[in-house]
Amino acid sequence: MSEPLLDLHGVVRTYSRGGLISSDYFRAVDGVSFRLEPDRPEIFTIVGESGSGKTTLARMILAMVSPSEGRITFRGTDPARLNRRRDRLAFMRQVQPIFQNPFEAFNPLKRVDRYLLMTARHFAGARGRDAERAADQALRNVGLSLAEVKGRFPHELSGGQLQRVAVARALISRPALIVADEPVSMVDASLRMSIVNLFKVLRDEHKVSILYITHDLGTAYYISDRILIMNKGRAVESGDARTVLDNPQHPYSILLKSAVLSPDPASREEALAP
Amino acid sequence: MLKILRDLLRYNREFAAGVALLGFVILVAAASFFSPYPAADSFVVPPDMPPSWPHVLGTNSRGQDVFWQLSFAIRNTLLFGFSVAILSRVISLVVGLVAGYAGGMVDRVLMSINDSFIVIPLFPILVLFYFVMRERMSWAWLALAMAALGWAYDARLIRSVALSLRTREFTQTSIFSGMSMRQILVEEHLPYVLPIVFSTTMNNINWSIGLEVTLSVLGFTNVDTPTIGMMIYWANQHTAMVAGIWWWIAFPVALVVMTFIGLFLLAVSMNEYIDPRSRLARMGV
Amino acid sequence: MATDRTRAVLTVEGLRAYYQVNTFGIEREVRAVDDVSLHVNANEIYGLAGESSCGKSTLVKTIAAAIRPPLRVLAGSVTYRFGERRVSLYDLDEGELARIRWKHVSYIMQGSMSVLNPLRRVRSAFVDFAFRHIGKPMPEFTAMVEAHLKRLHLEPTVLDAYPHELSGGMRQRITIALATVCRPDFIAADEPTTALDVVVQKSVLAELRQAQRETDASVLFVTHDMAVHANLSDRLGIMYAGRLVEEGTTAEVFATPAHPYTAHLIASLPRIGDTQAREGLGGAPPSLADPPPGCRFHPRCPLAMDICRREVPEMAWIGDTHRVACFATKAETA
Repeated sequence: MSEPLLDLHGVVRTYSRGGLISSDYFRAVDGVSFRLEPDRPEIFTIVGESGSGKTTLARMILAMVSPSEGRITFRGTDPARLNRRRDRLAFMRQVQPIFQNPFEAFNPLKRVDRYLLMTARHFAGARGRDAERAADQALRNVGLSLAEVKGRFPHELSGGQLQRVAVARALISRPALIVADEPVSMVDASLRMSIVNLFKVLRDEHKVSILYITHDLGTAYYISDRILIMNKGRAVESGDARTVLDNPQHPYSILLKSAVLSPDPASREEALAP
Repeated sequence: MLKILRDLLRYNREFAAGVALLGFVILVAAASFFSPYPAADSFVVPPDMPPSWPHVLGTNSRGQDVFWQLSFAIRNTLLFGFSVAILSRVISLVVGLVAGYAGGMVDRVLMSINDSFIVIPLFPILVLFYFVMRERMSWAWLALAMAALGWAYDARLIRSVALSLRTREFTQTSIFSGMSMRQILVEEHLPYVLPIVFSTTMNNINWSIGLEVTLSVLGFTNVDTPTIGMMIYWANQHTAMVAGIWWWIAFPVALVVMTFIGLFLLAVSMNEYIDPRSRLARMGV
Repeated sequence: MATDRTRAVLTVEGLRAYYQVNTFGIEREVRAVDDVSLHVNANEIYGLAGESSCGKSTLVKTIAAAIRPPLRVLAGSVTYRFGERRVSLYDLDEGELARIRWKHVSYIMQGSMSVLNPLRRVRSAFVDFAFRHIGKPMPEFTAMVEAHLKRLHLEPTVLDAYPHELSGGMRQRITIALATVCRPDFIAADEPTTALDVVVQKSVLAELRQAQRETDASVLFVTHDMAVHANLSDRLGIMYAGRLVEEGTTAEVFATPAHPYTAHLIASLPRIGDTQAREGLGGAPPSLADPPPGCRFHPRCPLAMDICRREVPEMAWIGDTHRVACFATKAETA
C-alpha cells in the first residue's frame, strides 16, 4: 500500500484550564484517527458544533499547534517537527489553509494581490512577470482575474470575492491538500454556493483533497465524499457522507441532524414545539 | 505625504497649533547657526542687562546674550530628546514585536528583561552613571543611557498589540504565503503599532527633556554643553532669582513649556490620523 | 389583512437612515436604509431577511430608537400604536423615549453579553431594566420575574448566577426573558441566534416564539438565515442593498417568490437528502455608499431589462398580502 497523504492516529490535544492553584486539563481533541489516501482526491468533511475540537484539529493538521498525544503524518513526515524554514516551506507548499472570515484573512491595510504575489514568489519561485502570471492563472481558476484584484484593498471586494481570492492564493503552490475551516459561514447566502461549488472543481479538475470543516450539515451533505462528526473532542461517527447523514446511528449525530431547521415553512409548528 | 500634511493642517486645529508652536521652537534652535558669539564664550556682552535692543532677551551674569544662549540650548535639548526617543523606539519595537509574535520561551525571556527595566529606579541610576563617567560625560552618553532605560514600558504596550495581531487570520495567511518573520513583523504588523510608536515618541521626548533638565539643574551632566537645563543651572549658580535677573530663567522655562505643549498637540492629532481605524474610515470601509 | 393598517402595532413610512461620516475632509454617505415602508401587525412575528450590510440591522436600530451618530434619520416616520395611544418615535424627547423602552418596546441584540453585566448577577439585570417599569414592591416583583422564567422553562435559580457561569444559549434565553418580562407590545430582535450552535438555536427560537405567544407581543425578527425565517416568521420582508424588495406571508414567499433575488436565495439553500446542483449568484452586493442607478439588483439580475437600469421599481401589490419591487414581475403579471 502506498503512503497515505494524511494520517491521524489517536490524536489528542489538551489545554490546561484554571489558575496556578487548581488547574485541570481539558481535552480539546480526544483520540481522533482518520486517513486520506494519495491519488484519490476527495472532500473530507469534519462536522461539529463550537467546542467540538474541529478547529483545533485543523490547526494541528496545519502544524500551527502540535498534538499532545498521538501522531499526525503528512506523506510520512510529522509537520510539527519541521524546524528548519526550508522544510516548513516545503510542507506549506503542499498544505494550504482557507480561513473563516474573508475580511480577516487579508490585512485590511494592505492590497490583496500582495499575498498572491508573495505566495508565487516563495512557493513557485516566480518573480515579477512570472509571479503575476501565476497569480492570474490561479485567479482565473476561481473565476476572477488579476486585473480585477490588482491594487485593491480587502474592503473594496465583497466577502465572496475575497474568499475566492483566498482559494486562489492557496492554489498557487499547487498543494495536495487544502484545509478549509468554516470557509463559507461568513459569506453571504447569494455567494455561498459559488464558493462551495468551487471546492468540487478543485477536487475534480485540480486533484486537490479538501478537508472541509463546518457546522453546517446542509453544505456538508451537498459536497462531501466522506464525513466525520465530532462532539466534545471525540469522533462520534464517520463514513460515507450521504450514508451517515441520511441515516445517522450515533445519538449525537441524530440530535445534530434533528436540530437542523428545514427551509420549508410547512413543518414549522412541530419544528419549534417547546 | 504633502497631501496628508495639508489635510491635517486644514482639518485639525490641534495639529496646526502644534506645528505653529514647535515650528517657532525650531526656528529659535535654527537661529543658533547665525549666532554672533560662540556658545561657550562668556563676557562677550555687558552682564545683567534687562531685555532691550540689541539684546532682546537681555544678558546674563556671565556676560552672555540670553537669546543666543537660548537658541544653542534649545537646539541641544531638542536633539537630545529626539535621539533618546528614536533609539528607545527602536529597542521597544524590536522587543515588543518579537516577544508578541514569537510567544513562548522568547516572550518570557524578553519580558522578564523588560520587567526588570521597568522596576529599576531611573534617577539614582542616572546619578550613579554621572559619577562613574565624570569627565567623559557628554550628552551623547546621557542620551544612550536614557534610551537604554526608557524603552521598557512601551515595549510592553507594543507586545500587547502584537499578541493580538498574532492571532488574527491575516497573520496566518502571511505565514502560509511563505513570508519570513521579519517580513510579517515589518510589513504586516508594524502599521498597527505605529500609532503607539508615534504617541509614545512624543511622550518619550517630553520625558527625556524633562529628566535632562532635572539632571542638569542639579549639575549631574556635562556643564560645558548648553542645554535648557544647563541654563537654569547657571542661573541658579548665580542666584539669578534673588538678583532679580528673571529673564535668565523665565525665557528658557517658557520655551521648554512651549516645546512640551507643541509635542503633546502633535501626538494627539497624529494619533487620530494614523490610527488604523481612522485610516480605514478614510479609505472607505 | 396586510392592508388593514388599523391593526398595525408598528408603521414605518418612507424611512431613510444614512450614515454620514466626515473624517479629514472625506465625506461619505452610506444609504443603509433607503425609502422603506412596512408595518407589523399585532401579535405577529415579522421576519426581515437580507445579506450582510443590506441595511437590516440599521432598520432595527432606527425602529428601536437606538440610533447614534454617524447614523441619522433623514426622512420618514416610525409610528407605534400601544393600545389606543399612537406614538411617533422621532417626535419624542429623551425622557419619553426612556419610558417607552423595555415597557413598550424592547430590543434583543446578537451578543447577550452587551446586556448582562459580567460582574453582576443576572438578578440585577432584571432589577435594572424592569423594576421601575413594573412599579411593584420588590417581593412581588421577584415573584413575577420567577413566574415569568418558569413559563419560559428557565429555573429561577439562574437569577443568582453570574453571566460567565451560564452557557451562551442560556444567556441568550435570559435576554429573551428580560426583553419580555415587562410584556412589551413590540420586540425588535437582531440576529439573536446567529452566534449559537444549531441544537441551542432551536431551543432559543422555540422559547422566543413561546414568549411571543404568551405575551401577545409583536416581533420584528432579523436574520440572514432563511431556514430560521421559514420556521419562525409569520410574514417576511426581504431587503437588498438598503431597500425592501419583497414582502408577503412566509408561506407565500417560500412557495412563490416574486423577486428574482428572493427566488435565488430560496433556491440556493442546500438541504440534507438533496444533492441537486445549486448555483451561486454572480457579482456582489453593491456598495451602499455608491449604489447603482435604477433597481439596485439589476447588475446581478438574470431578468434585467432596460427600464431596470434607469428607474427605481416601486413596491406593488401582487396579492392580498404579497408585494414586490420588480419591473420583470410586473411585466409578467400585467
